[in-house]
This record gives sequence, C-alpha cells and structure tokens, in this order.
Amino acid sequence: MTNILIIAGKEIQEGLRNRWVLATTLLLAALALTLSFLGSAPTGNVGVNRLDVIIVSLSSLTIFLLPLIALLLSHDAVVGESERGTMLLLLSYPIGRSEVIFGKFLGHLAILAFATLCGYGAAAVALTSTGAEVGPESWIAFASMVGYSILLGAIFLAIGYLMSTLASERSTAGGIAIGIWLFFVLIYDMALLGGLVAAQGHAVPPLLLDLLLIGNPTDVYRLLNLGSGSAGALSGLGGIADHSRLSTPVLTAALLIWTAVPLGLANLIFWRREA
Amino acid sequence: MTITVEIAGVSKRYSKLHAVKDVAFGLNTGETVALVGHNGAGKTTLIKLMLGLIRPTEGHVRVLGEDPARGDFAVRQRLGYLPESVSFHLALTGRETLSFYARLKRVDLASADRLFERVGLAQEAVDRPVRTYSKGMRQRLGLAQALLGEPRVLLLDEPTSGLDPALRRSFYDLIAGLREQGATVMLSSHALTELEGRADRVIIVNRGIKIADGTLDELRRIARLPTRISARLADGGPAPAWANGGSHWKRTGQLLEADVSPEEKIRLLHDITAHPEQLATLTVAEPTLDDLYAHFLSGQETP
Repeated sequence: MTNILIIAGKEIQEGLRNRWVLATTLLLAALALTLSFLGSAPTGNVGVNRLDVIIVSLSSLTIFLLPLIALLLSHDAVVGESERGTMLLLLSYPIGRSEVIFGKFLGHLAILAFATLCGYGAAAVALTSTGAEVGPESWIAFASMVGYSILLGAIFLAIGYLMSTLASERSTAGGIAIGIWLFFVLIYDMALLGGLVAAQGHAVPPLLLDLLLIGNPTDVYRLLNLGSGSAGALSGLGGIADHSRLSTPVLTAALLIWTAVPLGLANLIFWRREA
Repeated sequence: MTITVEIAGVSKRYSKLHAVKDVAFGLNTGETVALVGHNGAGKTTLIKLMLGLIRPTEGHVRVLGEDPARGDFAVRQRLGYLPESVSFHLALTGRETLSFYARLKRVDLASADRLFERVGLAQEAVDRPVRTYSKGMRQRLGLAQALLGEPRVLLLDEPTSGLDPALRRSFYDLIAGLREQGATVMLSSHALTELEGRADRVIIVNRGIKIADGTLDELRRIARLPTRISARLADGGPAPAWANGGSHWKRTGQLLEADVSPEEKIRLLHDITAHPEQLATLTVAEPTLDDLYAHFLSGQETP
C-alpha cells in the first residue's frame, strides 16, 4: 500500500510541475462558469431550478471533456515511461508491477477529481453568490453529478492504461486514445440513433436497448444524471430512461465494472510483460 | 569470499532472437567485474536477468541466494542498478527524484541527501530541475540512486559512456571505495581499454555467448598475443646478423618490423640491443587491450 501511495504522490507531483493540474482545473472552471451563466440566460426566472439547468449543461460538458482529459493523462502512463527509459529503473526497485499501475491510477484520479471538484464547484459557488434559491434535492443531484463525473473519468483513465500497456509506442497509444474517445463520445450514439431510426418505430426489445446503453459508459453516465427528476424533463432523456429498466444501483455498478475490467486487464498484461 | 551472484546455464530466447546462450559465471563479494561486449552482445540482457526483470528461458539466476524474479523483492532492497543512458522525469529536481527512489527503497531521506556529496553533485544543482542537467550530472544522479541503501550488489550498465575523462576517473574511484566495503560491482562496457587496473575480472560476451572470463593478465596469457618490435637501422651500416636470422622480419627501407611471441621477445631484444650503434630507433609495442578484445572476438568466429 505504501508503494502505491508513493507512486501516486509522484504522479501528482509531476502533474503539478508540468501544469497539468492547473490547466485542467482552469479549463473545467472556465467552461463550467461560461455554461452556467449562458445556460441561465434563456430560462430567465421561469421557475425552473437554475441548478438543474447547470447540471444538464455540465453533464454534457463532462461527457465530451472528462474522457478526453483522462485519456490524455493515461495513454502515456506506461508506454511513455518505457520509451523514456524510466520504467526499467522503476521496476528494478522493490515494487510490484500492480503497485505501479494502481499507484499511477490513484495519482491521476486525484488530479482529475481535484480539477472536477474545483471547476464544477466554482460554478455552484458562482450560482449561490447570485442569490438564486436552490432546493436540497437539486444539491444532491449536483453532488452526485460531480461524483459520477469523476467516476466517468476513472473509466477512461483505466481504458487509457489498457491502451498504454498494449501499445509498443507512444504515438500508437495516443492515436488509439483519440479513436476510443471518438467512438464512445460521438460514433456510438450516432450509430445507436441511426439504428433506432432505421427500426422505424418497431419496438426494440428493452433488454437489447439496455445492453446497448450499458455498452457505452458515457450513455450510462447520461442516464444517471439526465434520466430522472427535473433534469430528465429538461434534457428530454427522461423518455428513454422511463422505458429502460435500469435502476441507479445497476447503472452505478455498470460504471464500476467499466473501471475495474480495463484496469484489471492492464494490470494483468503489464504483469505478464517482460521489461 | 562468498558468491553473491550466480548464473548457471542461463539462456534467454526472445521470439526470434537468441539473446543469451548457455552462460554461466559467479560473482563474489568485494569483486569488481567488467562485462565486455559489443552493442547487442547480450550484456544488458544478462543484467536484466540478474535484476529479475526478465526470466531465463533455461538455467537459473541467484542473487544473494534468491531468485530475483520472484518473491517479495526483498533482494532488490540490497541491489543497485544504473541503466544504460539513465533518464529521469525532467520537471522534477534532483532532490525530489532521489527522495522518490529513497522512499521506494525505505531509505531515510537524510542519508539519501548525503549521496549527492558522495557522487559529486553540487548542492546548488540538487534543487534545480533535471532538465537543466548535463549528461555527466544526470549520470551522477543515476549513480546516487544506485547507491541508495548501501547495496551489496551493484549492476552498472555502461556507466562511463559519454563521461569526460575527469568524471570517469572520479567514477572509478567511487567504485574502488565500494569494492573495499565488500560490494560486488558488475559494470558493462563495450571497450576494454578503460578497465586496466580497475576491474578484478573481465567477462567477454559476444552474440550471447561467454567467450572469455578472467583477470586481464590471465586473458593476456591465454591469448598469447605477439609484441610488435620495429627497429630503424642507422644509416650506412651493414644489415645486422639478427635481421637475417629470424624469417619474420619485414623490411621497408631502413625500417625492420616483426611480430614476436612472448617467449622469443627477451632473447631477440637482447640480440638487437647488443650493438646499439647499428640502430637509429627501437620501438616495442605490447598488445593493447583492444588487440586482446579483437583476438577473443575473432577467435569465436573461427573456432
């Protein structure tokens, strides 16, 4: 355990030094603030809870941005160190390979969580400072949105590590990372929509739809944050969510499995690999 | 003297490449051993095997009585390693880098700090980012991390390549100090020349096979390399008697050259110098370490 913390500490230290932490925090804060102020303009004071509007905007932001940041952080984690020659030295120390992987994961997750908490927290602070009234339910929804955003980041960190242990060159890992981002964030949903349109109103078996939704972590995230409550009404996703039998615990478990499986695979491959 | 590292019948095969073939040797406490070979001869593979980073296809490796590739890595606590062309994270300072490695080895940070002085890294450089370091300073930092925790076995992969002569010298002084404390030092090199008087033993590998193992003097004796004698005759003198005696003199103008075996050398020199007035100059060139190295390499190619 100590070794994991030592590695995580070093990742955070490097992240602070090469401005990764600063850059991601500022980026998320700037976008969150922009979205929350622009987002509140059209609704005015028509009774819709303004925090719910922010939740919808920030969820959409998360789906695009957090996977990208996570992949950028993680795709280099193993293959980059191997290429620079620092991995060989690290592995000659009394440290297990899984400790290296989990330590890096923990460090990167801390960076990501810090940036998300600060960035999205800034939006919430800005909202309350304008004197808007926000109900406790909306606060809970906001907090779980931030939590699920970090979990979504963790998934793409884990996928990035898997790429990083599989690839033999940094550039390959980078290319695959971009491809994965495009697939999950854009292509998958477009294909799914296309499929539903092509079905022309024929009922898609609910089980198939559920599986298709669980097959993409960003869709699971969407269902969790936009599928229920007033956010559901705002985003229009409530319709799908009502038909789907996926409950919050099932969706949360799906996100956790999406983290554990790629991370476990990355660990296994790294463990079997010869340095 | 006890054996600290034992390599017995070790082969390492990658999918296409046979990197190490049936190599066996042992290293003792307080011994400095040089592993010499071309690039790609199998030196780094052997060092990785001793570190337990890769597992042998055949044979077994024992370091301080344990298999370095399995177990709880306790043996790595007492092992120091300096990789070939060592690199560090460029944004961190020398002190941050060393304390990271010290924490991994559970070495207290104060004793880690003292290593900077030992490897000659100036205090003002310690708190600068590694990015600003010269090649020599990075190598010193690399050596400092290898020395963490007073290792019993040190494996140094081409530690002096790219260092200037002054640094090289202080580097070998440091190794001599470690040897006196009883550490086993194995350093790899692609040249024999700088090892004279610095390595107790030399192991030459080529294409994954160990082709020589012994002290430099032993290797010289085994190789029986000839000494080259060249003599320039004084002008106008007659050809001396010894020039016609042996058949292997090569004459170009006034210059006579011959390769002489170790046994004939003394007698021949005696004959030549019996009449000093006949000679203008006399040069005796002993075989260099490069000649010795070339001899062992060519010996393998035509067995």
